[in-house]
Amino acid sequence: MSGRPLRHDDGIVLTDEQKRRRRARSVAIAVVLAVLVVLFYAITIVKLGPGVLSRPL
Amino acid sequence: MSLATDGADLTRSVPAPVGVPAVEPSLAEVRDYIALMKPRVMSLVVFTALVGMLVAPDRLHPVLGFAALLCIAVGAGAAGALNMWWDADIDAVMARTARRPIPSGRVGEGEALAFGLTLAVGSVAVLGLVAGWLAAFLLAFTIVFYAVVYSMWLKRATSQNIVIGGAAGAVPPMIGWAAATGSLAVEPVLLFLIIFFWTPPHFWALSLWRSGDYARAGIPMLPVVSGVAETKRQILLHACVLAPIGVSPWLVGLAGPLYGVVATVAGVQILALAVRLKRATDAAATDRLAKRLFGFSLTYLFALFAVLLIDHWVDPWVTAGLDALARWSVS
Repeated sequence: MSGRPLRHDDGIVLTDEQKRRRRARSVAIAVVLAVLVVLFYAITIVKLGPGVLSRPL
Repeated sequence: MSLATDGADLTRSVPAPVGVPAVEPSLAEVRDYIALMKPRVMSLVVFTALVGMLVAPDRLHPVLGFAALLCIAVGAGAAGALNMWWDADIDAVMARTARRPIPSGRVGEGEALAFGLTLAVGSVAVLGLVAGWLAAFLLAFTIVFYAVVYSMWLKRATSQNIVIGGAAGAVPPMIGWAAATGSLAVEPVLLFLIIFFWTPPHFWALSLWRSGDYARAGIPMLPVVSGVAETKRQILLHACVLAPIGVSPWLVGLAGPLYGVVATVAGVQILALAVRLKRATDAAATDRLAKRLFGFSLTYLFALFAVLLIDHWVDPWVTAGLDALARWSVS
């Protein structure tokens, strides 16, 4: 680090490697969320059966 | 100028300047989060829970069974992450653990804590909704026991840390059984006892040749506190209890003769190794036999649970075949 104090508007500039890692984490989170959506859908159908579609609203 | 302008040293800590929030770009890769969940421990947890689930008298729907196993795996991962968060200081000074995500600087302590807590709450809640609240309670108990009772208290306080803390790793077959049946019985308790009495010889064998590491980290493992001779004696004592308990599922009718034979032979083998380790006189022989015992103990546990599963599927076929043969011979 240089001795020059950073200003708020300097922001944070990521290196290419840090961007790659962030992207990999984002993709992993997206995959996990997609798996959870499918899993919760399947669990709902199994737990409630076809009746889930004909419940009184 | 930025807080992180060069990627030459990604583990470098950049101090936040005055007036600027201490925001650090995360250095973690996906594999670091997987490592936080201790995948090797998780695989053993999932395997023993699966066996507990499949040998239970009731059946879960395959989708619910898969979801329950996933919850158990994630719960085990949560316990591992919380353990690594708490133990980051001692992990940093032990050769075996120094490259873990937190001591190596790739994952922040706060990140690991949030990750562990999120997984813990999520896995327990979903397991409760999927397979009942008894299984969810047992999973919550396991996570709390491992992360709080073992990691935060026992591990640094007593040489019996592994003995008492082993209860956390022994619960998964009971969770699997409870998920399938909604209740508990003698049989899953026997599976619990097998893992409970297997844990001390397994980890004490490891600590015999890693005692320097534990001493540097200030962990009161048995070889550090009571010496090598006492550790060998304790390993033998626990092996003497483990061998008959390993056979007990056959004695109570949970498993058939195939399991009985394998458990007896494996029990004799682990006892023989413990006796040879106890008799070893020099350090080299002690290290060699401790490594053999450590390796065999893994085989022992895997073999018992695998054969229990095989036996559970094969035994009805064998019984039906023998019945058919008997009927044919009578007619």
